[in-house]
Amino acid sequence: MAKAPAKKTTTAATKKAAAISGDSALHNRERPEAPKPYKATAEEMLSFYKEMLLIRRFEEKAGQLYGLGLIGGFCHLYIGQEAVAIGLQSALTPGKDSVITGYRDHGHMLAYGIDPNIIMAELTGRAAGISRGKGGSMHMFSTEHKFYGGHGIVGAQVSLGAGLAFKHKYSKDGGVCLAYFGDGAANQGQVYESFNMAELWKLPIIFVIENNQYAMGTSVNRASSEDQLYRRGESFRIPGIQVDGMDVLAVRGAAETALEWVRGCKGPILLEMKTYRYRGHSMSDPAKYRSRDEVQSMRDNSDPIEQAKKRLLEMGVSEESIKEIDKDIRAVVSEAADFAENSPEPNASELYTDILVEQY
Amino acid sequence: MAVELKMPALSPTMEEGSLAKWLVKEGDEVRSGDILAEIETDKATMEFEAVDEGVIASILIAEGTDNVKVGTVIAMIAAEGEDASAVAAPAPAAEPVVTQAAAVQVAPPSQQMSVAKSDPAIPAGTAMVTLTLREALRDAMAEEMRREENVFVMGEEVAEYQGAYKVTQGLLDEFGPDRVIDTPITEYGFAGIGTGAAMGGLRPVIEFMTFNFAMQAIDHIINSAAKTNYMSGGQMRCPIVFRGPNGAAARVGAQHSQNYAPWYASVPGLIVISPYDAADAKGLMKAAIRCEDPVVFLENELLYGRSFEVPDMDDYVLPIGKARIMREGSDVTIVSYSIGVGMALEAADILAGEGISAEVLDLRTIRPLDKAAVLQSLAKTNRLVIAEEGWPVCSVGSEIIAICMEEGFDDLDAPVIRVTNEDVPMPYAANLEQMALIHPAKIADACRKLF
Repeated sequence: MAKAPAKKTTTAATKKAAAISGDSALHNRERPEAPKPYKATAEEMLSFYKEMLLIRRFEEKAGQLYGLGLIGGFCHLYIGQEAVAIGLQSALTPGKDSVITGYRDHGHMLAYGIDPNIIMAELTGRAAGISRGKGGSMHMFSTEHKFYGGHGIVGAQVSLGAGLAFKHKYSKDGGVCLAYFGDGAANQGQVYESFNMAELWKLPIIFVIENNQYAMGTSVNRASSEDQLYRRGESFRIPGIQVDGMDVLAVRGAAETALEWVRGCKGPILLEMKTYRYRGHSMSDPAKYRSRDEVQSMRDNSDPIEQAKKRLLEMGVSEESIKEIDKDIRAVVSEAADFAENSPEPNASELYTDILVEQY
Repeated sequence: MAVELKMPALSPTMEEGSLAKWLVKEGDEVRSGDILAEIETDKATMEFEAVDEGVIASILIAEGTDNVKVGTVIAMIAAEGEDASAVAAPAPAAEPVVTQAAAVQVAPPSQQMSVAKSDPAIPAGTAMVTLTLREALRDAMAEEMRREENVFVMGEEVAEYQGAYKVTQGLLDEFGPDRVIDTPITEYGFAGIGTGAAMGGLRPVIEFMTFNFAMQAIDHIINSAAKTNYMSGGQMRCPIVFRGPNGAAARVGAQHSQNYAPWYASVPGLIVISPYDAADAKGLMKAAIRCEDPVVFLENELLYGRSFEVPDMDDYVLPIGKARIMREGSDVTIVSYSIGVGMALEAADILAGEGISAEVLDLRTIRPLDKAAVLQSLAKTNRLVIAEEGWPVCSVGSEIIAICMEEGFDDLDAPVIRVTNEDVPMPYAANLEQMALIHPAKIADACRKLF
């Protein structure tokens, strides 16, 4: 558990007040253990590396296809944040646990092993896309994987996720919902409405704030009175943990702690993933609100994929086999792009399908 | 293999841009993520990053060039191990790939596509019981909860308090706190939780204490519940019922007196039901809970205590999307829904005394609207009035007029007239409130004008 910085001045009176009211209650609450970095086997590390690299290359390709006019509208890339989705989702039980996120959703789908071809084909608006071309980048779903979107309204996925957790509890299916949202969404009112009910009803949900430091162009400090976002659940008695979201092993370690807490019927938990997006908010964002040096320094010093690569080399995996993986992934992404470019657009008859399920 | 670098589209609307500056030169080695150039779009100056690794073999568009079309090859990158000097420039700029909009015009499926369903026959000898609307709604929910484990009720004061308007009375006792759930006063949050639970496979009945408060939650009703099936290509189901009182109550002022039927009825992906009597409320609530689509079920506080005859049947389920003739007539049709139906029936009584035979049609479902029933009645009477407890502008009445103009023009002997509330926020003063609301005499007046 990350520690709050100590208050500089505390008078005797405030000390006393703290002892009888809020703070003592805070300290007497049961807390999750501080997470430990996950001890991955070489095999696990290799698959983390592969999965993160797939997201990176996929997103780079998506950016390229956007530039060619093959992807339209809004397109939010996940580059830089790969360790979050991979570290967390690798700890879930597929088919039992559910996942929901906002519009920056490509990475979370790839993390679940969903076919890159049909994701890319959705980005290009083709019939073979996972939403049959009717959703686009921000609106993708796979009920088969219990991946519930892909939502375009900032913060909506937090209440919807609490609803998925409600379903897990109601049906006693043992599942947990992982609800991702950004530092921007963390200021939405419905997030706190959901925190309140989730804790009140002890819903099995892990709230994950992907704090990539910028809500579009507004930095956390300019938008959040409490910028240590892991504390945002405390007044609802939801424990929060701040995690290095650039390190896949730290993320996976935090996932283990969170899952133990939630599966132990102790109610929700909040993970703040300190991460960083290298690209603009969306493709049309020039990202002038931060310096080039800031981005470069994150890339040079904290890149999740480079960190994983370094660990692999330390574990004795050869440079050649890593190169081989890179090559394979480029081929997978290139095939996805070809598939997405060459698949036909939806048939005109699809315009009026899937509005309602039943006929009236 | 050499890679062509093309002028990127950097915003949804960009067609061309200026190549402001090259940050690399021929012969430079580049890695993925390196900035290659600065490009000015109509909105901003963007950095153009390398995706592939290699050596810049040639720069084809000089910096400072304006109006470079999206898709134009601006440089070539030689791949690792490739001789950069041997990389040839491509043939003159290929046209950018632009996906074509479907040229075919598609007509919406006509109303005729679905087989007209009719109310189930009530077997001869079926006893009728007298129930208030509130009891009928409660019975419908209780029957569906007994039938299906996944149905639950959630909202403010629905459990221990027994319902702010006592519609959920007794449900907590029978079904317990896991299925009848009191929420904090957080409409946006619990509407989202209900919607998420429905996406997960449950069948929630979400009560809004009144629909005025559902405006705080309208994002989930429309953006989350109504659109997701379409956006997911038919993968995501959302079998949820949002229910509660709608329309004007009595003396509660502007913020608590509003009819939301036209709002929700304009949204593809929603079912909107607004019944008048207890039998319809029961039969349609049961249908709504069983329905695979999201339903907005608009009740009326002033009707909750009114008693009606309800068939005493084990499973009385009505078809959604079917209007009902409440009173047969031959001279004029009065179309209405919800509390307006009672006023239309009173108006028909007044008119009958004057020798005018009015037919009263209760829409019951506002979306999908039973156009066929409206047009059939119009074809019979050739005159039509809409009675609606709500504002006139962009109302359900406006929609009915459009239908009559588009599809029933030849049957019209007179213009179609709307009778609605006045176009003002609801006043509090008793006299002003009465003036603002629709009432039977106004409906009768409108009908007389058509002859």
